[in-house]
Amino acid sequence: MLRNSMKTEFINRSDNERFARSVAAAFVIELDPTVDQLTEIKTAVSEAVTNAIIHGYENEEGTVTLEGSLCGDTVEFIVSDSGVGIPDINRAREPLFTGKPETERSGMGFTIMEAFMDIVEVESAVGKGTRVRMVKKISR
Amino acid sequence: MELIIYAKYRALVARLQGELDHHSAGLVREEIDRALERTGAVNIAFDFRHVTFMDSSGIGVLMGRYKKVTALGGRLAVFGASDTVRRIMRMSGLERFMVIADKLENCFEEVAADAQKQYENGIY
Repeated sequence: MLRNSMKTEFINRSDNERFARSVAAAFVIELDPTVDQLTEIKTAVSEAVTNAIIHGYENEEGTVTLEGSLCGDTVEFIVSDSGVGIPDINRAREPLFTGKPETERSGMGFTIMEAFMDIVEVESAVGKGTRVRMVKKISR
Repeated sequence: MELIIYAKYRALVARLQGELDHHSAGLVREEIDRALERTGAVNIAFDFRHVTFMDSSGIGVLMGRYKKVTALGGRLAVFGASDTVRRIMRMSGLERFMVIADKLENCFEEVAADAQKQYENGIY
């Protein structure tokens, strides 16, 4: 059975959003996903990484980690930061909820992750950080 | 992300090329808002035919511009988006606010008429 894993760390600069989703796409290519599946993975990873970059450290510099693992026909990604954390995860996951209403954030990030991945789990502790785990089965 | 904005009469046609994410959203927002001010346009048609990726940051940009043009009495349309991008737009309920079309000709009349003139003049 196919097994692989990877881990990459980068600072919370917005141009690393593109880097992170490109890494995710390159990592999963081994499973031979369809173009749609690849776009779904890139979008979900982009949402999680963007959340970490925008909310994770407020305006401080910090590190965002992207881990990936392949097991059989299933891919798992974990996006984590050691930043401020989410006070109310259920509320953050509601469609159209944004932690930054003063900016033009749509509040659709978690909704899109949930639509495009099979499993989305969020763990967060205020002052400690946030970890988003996403799993998708690549069946053709 | 590259952005080309055509303005004629009271409409902008904003042709986006590349990936629309949080990083590129700032540029798109600034350029379009500046063009709205400079030209006095009140309608926007977003040309998404060359957008290769969009996440929820793009929804924020579109909703932000929608609020602007609505306040000016104008309208907003998006045309030529890929299937996945349209899915994200549908998920976010955007079609309740703006015209989402395959082609520019199917967007609202004002913008289509202006664009037609641009086609005829060989600008677009």
